[in-house]
Amino acid sequence: MITSLAHIAEPVTTVAPDIFGDVGVSLYHYLFVSATLFALGVIGFLTRRNMIVMFLCTEMMFQAAGLALIAFSKYHLNHSGEVFVIFVLTIAAAEAALALALVVLLFRRRETLNAEDWALLRG
Amino acid sequence: MLDGLTSLMPITTLAADAAASYTGSKDALASGAGSGLMVLVPLLAILGAIASALMLCFKVRTKLPAWGVVGTIAVAFVITLVGFLNWNGDGAHIAHAFEWINASWGSGGAGETFTANFSFYMDGLSWLWMLFVTGLGALIALYASEYMAGDKGYARFFGAFGLFVFSMACLVMGDNLVLLYLGWEGVGLCSYLLIGYFYTKPEAVAAAKKAFIVNRIGDVGLALGIFLIYITFGTVEYAELFPLISDGHAVNVAGDPISGWVTWAIPCLLMLGAFGKSAQFPLYVWLPDAMEGPTPVSALIHAATMVTAGVYLIARCFPLFTLSDGSMIALQVVGYVGMVTALLAATIGMAQFDIKRIMAYSTVSQLGYMFAGLGVLTTTGAAFHVFTHAFFKATLFLACGAVMHGFAGQLDLRKLSGLWSQPGWRIVTIAMFIGCLNLAGVPFTAGYFSKDMILAEAFITPWGQLIGWVLLFTAGLTAYYTFRVFFRVFVGPAQYEPGDEHHAEDHDHSHFHPHPPGWAINAVLAILAVACLVAAATYFVKPDEGKGWVGGLLSDSSAAYVSPHGHHGDDHPDDHGAEHALRIGDAEVIPASHPGHDGEDGHSHDDDHAEKDERAMKAGTFLGMDPHKVMYYVSALFGLVGILAAAFLHGPKGPAGLFIGNRTEAAHSRADKLLPMLGPIPTWAQNKWYVDEFYNMVIRVPLLVVSHIFHLIDKTLVDGAVTVAGSLPKTLAKAIRPTQSGVLQGYAGGMAVGLVLLLFVVWIVVIRAGGVG
Repeated sequence: MITSLAHIAEPVTTVAPDIFGDVGVSLYHYLFVSATLFALGVIGFLTRRNMIVMFLCTEMMFQAAGLALIAFSKYHLNHSGEVFVIFVLTIAAAEAALALALVVLLFRRRETLNAEDWALLRG
Repeated sequence: MLDGLTSLMPITTLAADAAASYTGSKDALASGAGSGLMVLVPLLAILGAIASALMLCFKVRTKLPAWGVVGTIAVAFVITLVGFLNWNGDGAHIAHAFEWINASWGSGGAGETFTANFSFYMDGLSWLWMLFVTGLGALIALYASEYMAGDKGYARFFGAFGLFVFSMACLVMGDNLVLLYLGWEGVGLCSYLLIGYFYTKPEAVAAAKKAFIVNRIGDVGLALGIFLIYITFGTVEYAELFPLISDGHAVNVAGDPISGWVTWAIPCLLMLGAFGKSAQFPLYVWLPDAMEGPTPVSALIHAATMVTAGVYLIARCFPLFTLSDGSMIALQVVGYVGMVTALLAATIGMAQFDIKRIMAYSTVSQLGYMFAGLGVLTTTGAAFHVFTHAFFKATLFLACGAVMHGFAGQLDLRKLSGLWSQPGWRIVTIAMFIGCLNLAGVPFTAGYFSKDMILAEAFITPWGQLIGWVLLFTAGLTAYYTFRVFFRVFVGPAQYEPGDEHHAEDHDHSHFHPHPPGWAINAVLAILAVACLVAAATYFVKPDEGKGWVGGLLSDSSAAYVSPHGHHGDDHPDDHGAEHALRIGDAEVIPASHPGHDGEDGHSHDDDHAEKDERAMKAGTFLGMDPHKVMYYVSALFGLVGILAAAFLHGPKGPAGLFIGNRTEAAHSRADKLLPMLGPIPTWAQNKWYVDEFYNMVIRVPLLVVSHIFHLIDKTLVDGAVTVAGSLPKTLAKAIRPTQSGVLQGYAGGMAVGLVLLLFVVWIVVIRAGGVG
C-alpha cells in the first residue's frame, strides 16, 4: 500500500504512459478529479447543516474514492479496483437506505433537519 | 516379637495388642456383614433431613416431618445394634461407602498420596458412640415430636435434627481425620442452627453466634492438628496412622522415626479443638448460653452427644497423645483443664436459679470429669462416663424440658415446687430422681461407677493427686446442686407460677393449669430412666478386667490404653505396671531408646525392682490406700454429704426433705438465711465468676476499640485515598470534556484534520525518508 503511494507521487510523465488513449488524459487527471470531488464532499459536509445535504456530501466522497479506484484499476491493468467499486456501490446503496430512514425519523422527532439540533452526546 | 515387647514395655500392652489386631494392613480390615450396613446410617439420617427440608418447602403442617426423622433414626439405631451384635469384638472393620478424595503425585509412593474416603471405621470406640448417638437421637426425636408440636418451624427443626445425626455419624464413624473434620463442622453448623432456632429472640441469635465463634477457635486447632498429622505421618487414615505408633514410638509412612516438637504439637492442637467442641475452660462459655435452643436440642446436642465429640477425638487419637517424646504434656494439660472446668462449672451451677442452666453447667462440669479422665490416662473411664452421662443427662434435660413445656416456660426453681403431687407429673419426677441420683453419684448408679473409675485412676497417676482431690470435692458440689433442683422443684409444697409463655386470656395465675406431658414425653423419660439403670449394669459385664462392658469395647479400639500406673501387681503375677509408673512419673528416666535396647533397660529395672516398686506405690495411692478399693466409699461419702447439704438447705419439711429440711414455700428456704454468711461469694458464683464480663473486657472491648480505630482509618485513609484517586480523572475529564461537543460537524472536522495530519506524517516519514534513503 505504501509502495503504491510512493509510486503515484512520482512524475506522471515518466511513470504513466498515455494508457488512457491519445487524448492526453493520464492517471494524474483522474486522480485530480477524484481529489477535487472528495474535497468538495468534505467541505460540503463540514459547512452545511442540513442533514440531507450532508448525506449527499458523503455520497460525493464515496464516488471520489470509486473514481480513484477505477483509475488505478485501469492503470494497473487488472480488475481489482473495479470489483471493489461494485462493493462500494452496494454498501453505499444500503447505507443510503439506512441513512435516509434515520434522517426521516430524526425529522419526525423534532421537525427539523438541522444537524446542530442533535447534540445529545455533548460532554 | 509382640510378646517380648509386652513383657518389657507394659505401658501399652493393650495398645500393642490392639495394634496387632489392625495388623498394619488395610486389606486385613475386611468389611464385616454388620459393619457394611453402617453406610446406611448416615444415608438414612440425611434422607430424613432432606425429607424434612422438602416438607418445609411444601409447608407441611402435620407431624409428618417428625415421624420421618424419628423413623429414619430409629432404623439407623436398629442397623447399628444389629451391626454391633455381629461385630464380635474382632478389631476394626471398614465399611466403604464411596471414594471421596484420592490424590497422588510424584511416583505415588509413601508420603506422596492423600486418601480420604467416605469410609466408616468400626471399632469398639465408634460402635459405643454410634449406639448412643442413634439410640438417644431416636428417643429425643420422639420426645421432640410432642415437645415441638404447634411450632412454626417444626419441619425446620427436624431437618436440622436429621442433619445433626448425619454429621455426628460422619464424625464418629469416619475412617480418616478429614471425614471426622467434616462431621465436626457439620455438628457445629447444626448446633448453630438449632441454638438460633427461635431466631426472633435476640438472645437465641446471640447465643448461636457465640457458640459458632467460640467453636471456631477450637476448630482452628483441630484443622492445624490434622494438617500437621498429614505432614508428619503422611496419612490421615486411622487404619494406616495408628499402626505406625507402638510403645510410644512413631514412624511415618516411609518408616522414618518421628520425634521432636511435633510429638507434643500434634496432641496440643487436637486438644484445642476438643476444648472448643466439648466446652472446656476457657472455651466453655458458649455451652450455657446454648440453652436458648429448644430443650430436646439441649438434651441431644448440648448434653448427650455433640459435646462428647472432644472426648471422642482425644480417645480416638490416644496413641498420638501417648508418644513418649511428647512426655504426655498434652494429656497433663487436658487433665488439669478438665479439673478446672469441673470445679468452676460446678460452683457456677450451684448458684443458678434457672434449672436448665444448672443442667448446662453440670454438663460442662461433667465434661470436665471426662477430660480429667483422659488426662489421667483412663480412656475407659472417660468413655464410660460419656456413656452413662449421655443417658442420665438426657433424662435430666428432658425432664426439665417437660417442666418448661408444662409450666409455660417457667424454669426458675424459686417459682416451682412440689411437682410430685401435681396430677400427671409422676413419671417426670421419677425420671428426674433417677437422673439426679446418677449425676450425684449415689452408690450403685451408673454415674457413680463411671465417676469412680476416673477418680481412682486420678489418684494412681503421678500428676493426678491434685486432680483427684479437686474432682472429689466437685463430686460433693455436684450432688448438692443436683439435689437442690430436685428438692426445690419436685418435692415439697405444691406451688407454681407460670412462665412468660403463658398466653391465656388473662394473666391471673389461678386460671393457669399446667398441662402434664403426653405419652411421647412420658414414654421417652421412662425408657431413659430405665436405660440409666441398665447403663449401671454394664459395669459388671466384664468384672474381671475391672473396666466393664465399655472397657471391653475400648480395648478393641485405638483408644486402648492401660495406665502404666495401675496397681495391677495386686492382681497379676507380673509387677511391671508399678515399675513403669516410675518411668513415666520421673520424666527424665524415660529411656528414649530404640525397641532393641529395651531388653537391657528391662533388666536393669528388674535389678532395683523393690525400691522402685515402693516409690511407685507411694506415687499412686489415696492416702496410702489403693484408690481402686477405697474410692467406692470415699466418693459415695462426698456425694451423700452433698445431698444432705442440699436437703438441709433446700429440702421441704418432712420425709421428702430427709427430715432435715424446713422449706414450706416455693420461693424461700433455709439457704436464703445461711448463704449470706458466705459473703459475696454466692453472688459472684451466680454471676458466673464474671468470666463473660472478663472476656468482654479482655477480648470483646479491645476488639471493638481496635475495630473502631480501623473503621476510622478506613473512613479517612482508605476512603480518602479512593476519593483522591477518583477525583483525579474527574478533574481531568472536566478539562477535556468540552471537546465532545456533540456537534456532528465538529467530529467530522476532527476527522478531516486527523486525516490530513496522518497523511502529512506519512508523507514526512515514508516518502521523504524513502526519497533520501
